[in-house]
Amino acid sequence: MIELLPPNLPYFASIALLLIGLYAMITKRNLIKKIMGLNIFSTSVLLFLIAMGYREGGAPPIEVEGVTHYVNPLPHALVLTGIVVALALTSFALILIINIYKEHKTLDSEKLTKL
Amino acid sequence: MINRIKNVMVIFVLATIGFVMSLAVLNMPEFADVNAPIHKHVAPRYMQMSYEETGVPNMVTAILADYRGYDTLGELTVIFAGGVAVLSITGRKKK
Amino acid sequence: MNPVIIRTITRVLVPFIQLFGLYIIVHGPVSPGGGFQGGVVVGSSMILVALAYGLDKAETMANHSYRIIMDCVGSLVYAGIGLIGIAAGGMFLQYGIIPLPFTPARINNLMIFLIGSAIGVHIMALVLSLFLHTAKEAEIDD
Repeated sequence: MIELLPPNLPYFASIALLLIGLYAMITKRNLIKKIMGLNIFSTSVLLFLIAMGYREGGAPPIEVEGVTHYVNPLPHALVLTGIVVALALTSFALILIINIYKEHKTLDSEKLTKL
Repeated sequence: MINRIKNVMVIFVLATIGFVMSLAVLNMPEFADVNAPIHKHVAPRYMQMSYEETGVPNMVTAILADYRGYDTLGELTVIFAGGVAVLSITGRKKK
Repeated sequence: MNPVIIRTITRVLVPFIQLFGLYIIVHGPVSPGGGFQGGVVVGSSMILVALAYGLDKAETMANHSYRIIMDCVGSLVYAGIGLIGIAAGGMFLQYGIIPLPFTPARINNLMIFLIGSAIGVHIMALVLSLFLHTAKEAEIDD
């Protein structure tokens, strides 16, 4: 019964998050919900990178006496950079949205494209 | 009526994207495989020789600050530019 | 929500959160952690004070000029450590050739610790600065 699960199951979780983020960016009309969809989308890519770096039965990548089978430490370093870049992007987008609201008094993307 | 057609079209496009990506994921090497080609090029050198060359037990910090120090310098510049952009917008005088 | 409960719990918890965040920053080379993680923990404790006591109380924890100085120190220390390698006769960011009476492994250990601390200070000032400026911008008086 357990063999009916597809192989590579953690990669499918990352694809599901990607589809949820794309649906939120395309369908929702509020601007803040679109930016939250962008954040979910970037999180799904980072999850895919970390899921690729796991080795079976490996220890955390801290040097301890007598252990030689570690997890690959290279994706961890790349993902730390990715998280910080996503933080800067989200905060700058939110500041721009605040200024759009002050100027036009609305946050609806359908009304904003008809200006 | 137009909204319903738009919703169906969006779901159709997303399902196509999901189907194509699932076909690509099923061809990848198996999850948690020890002999995957991702662990063959430069990661074994980081795992074996990082304590003798840097003297730091934490491998992730040694990679971030010693082997790949240029990337961390670029990331500090990116987040500094983000902070400067936010400060430059909120510091304007009121009309 | 009753403001008395939140203010009492904040007053008890904030020193322990900041001490734990400082522990994560300083133990970067030895255990899981480092500059980025510890800086975000300390910055979010100051956001907790801003949520419970108002924005003016959180402004007195770090002034505008202190935040700008801490923001610039992070990048300048990193570039300065890179230029020390050029002054000692090597390449940029090659700090194993400095003529100090230690083995190259101990010099690397000291420099990685300094880089981690500079990154922690930078991120802590930036997180608090982003939150305070966004909250002040969003106060709309109609």
